[in-house]
Amino acid sequence: MKKRKSDDTLIRMANQIATYFDSQKRQDAREGTADHINGSWTPNMRMRLINMINAGDADIGSTVVAAEALIRRPAERPTHEEGGL
Amino acid sequence: MRNFIIPDVPPEFADVRDFGTPPQKTTETVTLTIDGYEVTVPAGTSVMRAAVEADIMIPKLCSTDSLEAIGSCRVCLVEIDGRKGAPASCTTPVESGMVVHTQSDLVNQLRKGVMELYVSDHPRDLLTSPTNGLNLIQEVSAAVGLREVRYGKGANHVIDRVDDGEANPLYRNTDASNPYFSFDPTLCILCFLCQRACDDIQGTFALTFEGRGFDMAMVPGQDQPFFESDCVSCGACVQVCPTGSLLEKSVAEMGTPERSVLTTCAYCGVGCQFEAQMRGDKLVRMIPYKHGKANHGHSCVKGRFAYGYANHVDRILKPMVREKITDPWREVEWDEAIGYAAKRLKEIQKKHGTDSVGVITSSRCTNEETYLVQKMARQILRTNNTDTCGRVCHSPTGYGMNTTLGTSAGTNDFDSIEFTDVAMMIGCNPTDAHPVFGSRLRARLREGMKLIVIDPRRTDLLNTPHIGENIHLATKPGTNVAILSAIAHVIVTEGLTDQEYIHSQCDVDAWNGYVEFISDPRHSPEAVEATTQVPANLVRDAARLYASAGNGATYHGLGVTEHEQGSTAVMCIANLAMMTGNLGRPGAGMNPLRGQNNVQGSCDMGSFPNEMPGYRHISDPETRAIFEKAWGVPLPEEPGLRIPNMFDAAIDGEFMGFYIEGEDLMQSDPDTSHVAAALEAMECVIVHDLFLNETAMYAHVFLPGSTFLEKDGTFTNSERRINRVRKVTEPKNGYADWEITQMLANALGGDWNYTHPSQIMDEVALTTPSFAGVTFDLIDQLGSVQWPCNEDAPEGTPVMHVNQIKRGKGLFIDTEYVASDEKTGPRFPLLLTTGRILYQYNVGAQTRRTENEAWHSEDVLEIHPHDAEERGIAAGDTVRIASRTGETTLHAYITDRVAVGVVYTTFHHPGSQANVVTTDSTDWATNCPEYKVTAVQVSRTNAPSDWQQHMKDTAEATRKILVAE
Repeated sequence: MKKRKSDDTLIRMANQIATYFDSQKRQDAREGTADHINGSWTPNMRMRLINMINAGDADIGSTVVAAEALIRRPAERPTHEEGGL
Repeated sequence: MRNFIIPDVPPEFADVRDFGTPPQKTTETVTLTIDGYEVTVPAGTSVMRAAVEADIMIPKLCSTDSLEAIGSCRVCLVEIDGRKGAPASCTTPVESGMVVHTQSDLVNQLRKGVMELYVSDHPRDLLTSPTNGLNLIQEVSAAVGLREVRYGKGANHVIDRVDDGEANPLYRNTDASNPYFSFDPTLCILCFLCQRACDDIQGTFALTFEGRGFDMAMVPGQDQPFFESDCVSCGACVQVCPTGSLLEKSVAEMGTPERSVLTTCAYCGVGCQFEAQMRGDKLVRMIPYKHGKANHGHSCVKGRFAYGYANHVDRILKPMVREKITDPWREVEWDEAIGYAAKRLKEIQKKHGTDSVGVITSSRCTNEETYLVQKMARQILRTNNTDTCGRVCHSPTGYGMNTTLGTSAGTNDFDSIEFTDVAMMIGCNPTDAHPVFGSRLRARLREGMKLIVIDPRRTDLLNTPHIGENIHLATKPGTNVAILSAIAHVIVTEGLTDQEYIHSQCDVDAWNGYVEFISDPRHSPEAVEATTQVPANLVRDAARLYASAGNGATYHGLGVTEHEQGSTAVMCIANLAMMTGNLGRPGAGMNPLRGQNNVQGSCDMGSFPNEMPGYRHISDPETRAIFEKAWGVPLPEEPGLRIPNMFDAAIDGEFMGFYIEGEDLMQSDPDTSHVAAALEAMECVIVHDLFLNETAMYAHVFLPGSTFLEKDGTFTNSERRINRVRKVTEPKNGYADWEITQMLANALGGDWNYTHPSQIMDEVALTTPSFAGVTFDLIDQLGSVQWPCNEDAPEGTPVMHVNQIKRGKGLFIDTEYVASDEKTGPRFPLLLTTGRILYQYNVGAQTRRTENEAWHSEDVLEIHPHDAEERGIAAGDTVRIASRTGETTLHAYITDRVAVGVVYTTFHHPGSQANVVTTDSTDWATNCPEYKVTAVQVSRTNAPSDWQQHMKDTAEATRKILVAE
């Protein structure tokens, strides 16, 4: 499928999140990244990211790829808690 | 202007008497006798104030309780047993056992003599003067029984020509140069109140007294008209003027007001309370309320004067619909407009799915309005696609503070500044964007409070007259995390931390890890100097000052949040506050200055797509259960779209229906052409606003809104203070905004029956623990209340984290600097950063429709002389500013306030539309756009950009209205 402009945006957002969690030494970067995405991305945005990871998109950073299994699939019950925007 | 009755407010808050001199803060008391009555007052109180406490009004002209007395008018004289002569009661402090007589033959004779002198050089034909009824000269003459003036014709300031027809050299014409008030020197009694208000309250020092003796005159600046002087039109001088020499033009036009309604300003996050002074149902003037806890009787030009937009000819008062955005608008009745909007939203959901529609509120809406809009999305449309413009300003504050401290709440109230020894202002510009707090900061700076400013631009706070120790760290835009981490590095490596606080209040494991992280030499000021462009020694000085000066408070604005690393920068600030123990007490704290009037409230009310009211995540089953019980439906549990995600989804054909209340996305959101493409792609855009704003070009339904003067509700300011907004006139459009949302919700299938916004707040209280104690009654009773307000804090919470950090233990976060993706290069060698100006507000929808345009009728581009010279740009030249995203044109303003390599503009005007240039880059955590860093090139030009021409054409084509017969 042809990549949309918003796909690039999703990848950039995911990579930015991973960059932050990569710098957190006291937290697992994969969990941090996945938690953050689970807590603030719509199911559709998450599925699109998962699909792009599985399609091997070269722009996606290694932490995001490693976090793939922890990103919640839309049908699952949410467990993440995050607050305070 | 006394003895006004303020509805709904109990007597202790309705006391707007002028006590003559300021209150004393001591608890020590003194008892004395005045006219036979025993009075007990705080030590240091003036005799005049003590008399007012006993309901004895001593005549006065030159004193007021917002300013220290100087005893110049000699009208308030009294006799005191055992003292010679007749001292001025305003400058005489009370003493224990003092026996005061406010009436005696001696003082009567003296007062009468003084008044006779005043009247001898004062206009006598006051019956038709606009000041009639407001002029204390009349009132005091009556009070002292002045019945004749023995002085004949002679030198005076009152008559323009002397007897032989020659011009009177002492006469000065009325200065009407200010759009909002006039100055009639003939009525001036040289009491110095105006000058003292300008200096001591406002801090502008625009007024002076020229000449000596009989030649003396009050003059603005260097004897200039007001408009050309340094005057910022705050209105403080007008407010204290005892004679009406300085007078609102609206009073001159409409007559004196006869009643007041207490309400809250709809501009900026300071949240000033005002008396809306009325004659019938017409607003005569806005006077800042002396008991307003955020403003204490002060105001700025916007709140005080810029309310004319409410009656502006551009206001749309009838609902309108159209099939396509290329059709002209058709005026319809409310029923039809609401029905049409509901039908189209339902059709879209049927065709594209439940989550193909969404809502947005503005921070200009009341709490009750925003609560209803998110409720409509969740309960009726069954989607979490709800967001608010807080997304694009302070969402990183919420994320960063919540992560480190356990709550997004700003920590302290504004009054806390009285106890601050050093204020660190980061990416905020309070004298322009939060002017009333800016004035308080300036007052504290004159008293010796120290100042650190971290900002790419030299903000006006640094130009405060009589400023003491101050440091400006002029950062390169986009390097906040680097500089704040460098400050932390100095504090940690030089041993300036508060170990006791850290070990009792913070997560010690995290602290130990953080110490290792931040101590690394890569964070030192010397190592980051090339990145931040700030000399390392200045950073070290600033760090030492913040950590060791006593109470250190930070204030931050959008210059912190609106970056790719906005959330990380907020966590840097929290780290600094925790490591120096600057939390949980007056004078310290971490204080976000929210941009608009109700940024705080609109976020509190559950407007975010992943949070219910009170910042509870939608995935939390307990929270959902509370609302499912209250609203009677199962609630969607997946996060919805945030504003930038909505635009992307619209372009992808997945987000097709949009209800937008009070927000002009086209002008306020970055990358305008992207926003335009998104809106154009949608099937139904419903704009609910006062004016046909830029977003309305793409709308299919227009629902006319009401102004803050036309509805009830609450706004929550930057200090979490919930203030009442009270209706002063009927909505010109027919309905208050909460009623319009309710009509739409019911047309979509809801069964809402709110009859007053207080019932909406009751529902918030019922469902939200931090608001559990909030009711309109409580707010009326206390004047205002700061959340959390519940069983633990029945009267609210002025200072957060007092005994314990809300999170339990404060969490230090490693804050690695990551350079913004937006980098300068050969094509775009300059960095654009954006901000605000005093006279305009946000996208200017309101202020552009007032006389404030006289000060700022266009956005200009600030550019350093070096960069201008290199490009052959002279002051006032039309210049093209281009980024990777787009280009626009504006006029150049050459100034060294910005550094070499940095340009600056405001975004108040749609004609220049700075956001055509800004990019779609956002904060990593919250998607808050990076408005503050855009790589650009600037060059001379002589024509508007293609975008500007296109928008001008589109605006004309899409704003046509077919008027209903």
